[in-house]
Amino acid sequence: MATQTLIPAGDFRTTYAADTTVFPTRTSRNAMIVGIVLICFAPHVLNEYTLSLLIQIGIFGIAALGLNIVVGFTGQISIGHAAFFGFGAFTSAYLSNRFGIPVFFCIPLAGVVTAGVGLIFGLPAARLKGLYLAIATLAAQYILLDFFARAEWFTGGSVPASAEPFSIFGYSLRGDKKYFYVVLAYVVVCYLLVTNLIRSRDGRALVAVRDHYLSAEIMGINLTKYRTLSFGLAAFFAGVGGALYAHYNQVVSNEGFGIDRSIIFLAMIIIGGIGSVMGTLMGTAFMVLLPESMEWLSVALRDSPIDQFLGLKNNIAFLREMAIGIIIIIFLVFEPDGLAHRWRRIKAYWKLYPFSH
Amino acid sequence: MNTQLLIQLLVNGLVVGTLYGVVAMSFVLIYKATQVVNFAQGELLLIGAWVCWWLLTKYQVPFYLGMPITLVFMFLFGIAIQVVILRPMVGEPIISVIMVTIALSTVFSALMKWMFGVNLQPFPRVFTTQNVNILGLQVQTVYLMSLAVSLAMMVGMAWFFRLSKYGLAMRATAFNQQVAQSLGISVKSVFAMAWAISATVSAVAGVVVAVVNGVSAGLSAYGVKVFPAAILGGLDSVGGAVLGGIIIGLLENFAHFLDSEYLHWGNLYEIAPFYALIIILMIKPYGLFGTKDIERV
Repeated sequence: MATQTLIPAGDFRTTYAADTTVFPTRTSRNAMIVGIVLICFAPHVLNEYTLSLLIQIGIFGIAALGLNIVVGFTGQISIGHAAFFGFGAFTSAYLSNRFGIPVFFCIPLAGVVTAGVGLIFGLPAARLKGLYLAIATLAAQYILLDFFARAEWFTGGSVPASAEPFSIFGYSLRGDKKYFYVVLAYVVVCYLLVTNLIRSRDGRALVAVRDHYLSAEIMGINLTKYRTLSFGLAAFFAGVGGALYAHYNQVVSNEGFGIDRSIIFLAMIIIGGIGSVMGTLMGTAFMVLLPESMEWLSVALRDSPIDQFLGLKNNIAFLREMAIGIIIIIFLVFEPDGLAHRWRRIKAYWKLYPFSH
Repeated sequence: MNTQLLIQLLVNGLVVGTLYGVVAMSFVLIYKATQVVNFAQGELLLIGAWVCWWLLTKYQVPFYLGMPITLVFMFLFGIAIQVVILRPMVGEPIISVIMVTIALSTVFSALMKWMFGVNLQPFPRVFTTQNVNILGLQVQTVYLMSLAVSLAMMVGMAWFFRLSKYGLAMRATAFNQQVAQSLGISVKSVFAMAWAISATVSAVAGVVVAVVNGVSAGLSAYGVKVFPAAILGGLDSVGGAVLGGIIIGLLENFAHFLDSEYLHWGNLYEIAPFYALIIILMIKPYGLFGTKDIERV
């Protein structure tokens, strides 16, 4: 019920509809619409490099959103998300190469197939919880990676599989400038879907499973169903993200779907905010920009004493890995609710400025 | 059927399996005492091996001196990790704790690559004789050493838990933290000690592997193999972890045998433990000796 322009200072909501509304005020809804419209002009303003970063944020943001459903909303741990991402990428490439299905349909189809695989690996989730589940997903990661290397009919083995560029009604959307709109459309649809999922009956059931699974079960929520379902959903979004990634790069190689990528996905949602839809996008942006900004820093510091001490040029890869780990630890210790929480705090501060107390 | 190869591989499996057992044991030790699943166990192994290698090659310290220094270092290092990073996480949700250890493993493995490079470094020779002939089988001396060290670690651990006072305190803490605390056991120091002992034991395993195969970043793979071993034995059973480790080691090499002789799928060796892991989790999630937790509200 976006009727007001400002949020009143206090909780005056009287209906459930008002409580679960996506945009609490008219301003916030308009700001979101204006934001999306503005970003539509991005390809005309920004250069290729910035655009490619935005596309990456979109693609990984979709996959990280899936992970946030499992980890943030259902409270299960998944350390194998990158494998599902990879599976989506290979599936989409395979579908379009083998069966000649238009890429437009391949991407959602890849999501569905990956969701099926996710359900299979989610089956242990029916009986397991917490760390047992984490270990099961770790095994899934290794098993799927091994499958990628083994199944030459599917992935091309050591030779990277090629993926068709995206096209719609015979009009090819090749290149960053055009592909940007594809990714943007998917990001908007996926984020809307998940935002609404959380407001629905099923979404509330997922959150109930996270908060206290015994109580949830006593209240009649089918634990097996919802745990498995959350894995399926997560795999679906990972698959869609992977498919977008495949058609963006137009090749899918066996690399980049390992456990380190899974850790980066986890880092995205931890930094963004576990259980926050918009936070996921913030966290993804953070994790995509982190290596880039380290690159800029190493260029800026070239030949300085710091450079000579660290040997930046040769060691940047290791330093980047280390930075990822350190940032995860810092966020977990100091800001466990992530950037989304920080953002709310900043907003709350300005709401009453200059009379905050 | 190639019996010679099978026996050779099974001997390998036993040797590697006891090493897995030792690492799994130190993993379970942390889990039991502090309820933390340590995803950085393999990195502890790696750090131990690198430190020892560094002392031996850069400073030409003899092995009998370098090894104790490494162990003392790892002991302090284990305490430092617990105090600095894991103590603030006490009481946090399980997912945060798991993520912290995952992040730690990333940091450590990257740090080791940065400091020592990514290439395999041969370890200085520790033994003068290469091979020993046992019942017609050529067994490398290092393998025997590895087996002996592993068994010694296990016996030492058993002694520590059963007979020493500190071991008793640790078992009490694992059983019930609050009761242990009310009986005057410092839970803080038990937690720190669990990490210290675990790091030290892992470092021994790391050095043993390094002596056999050389040191490289790949050593941390042992940390991943810990999971099948520990799950098979039961996450909270020290004895089970040892047995699980040996079984996984044997399974791995048996899979290798099947693969090279009959199936020719390639790489089955690496992946078999994970299939085993999934199957165990499906059939018997609490493992062979783990306690099934019953929840009361």
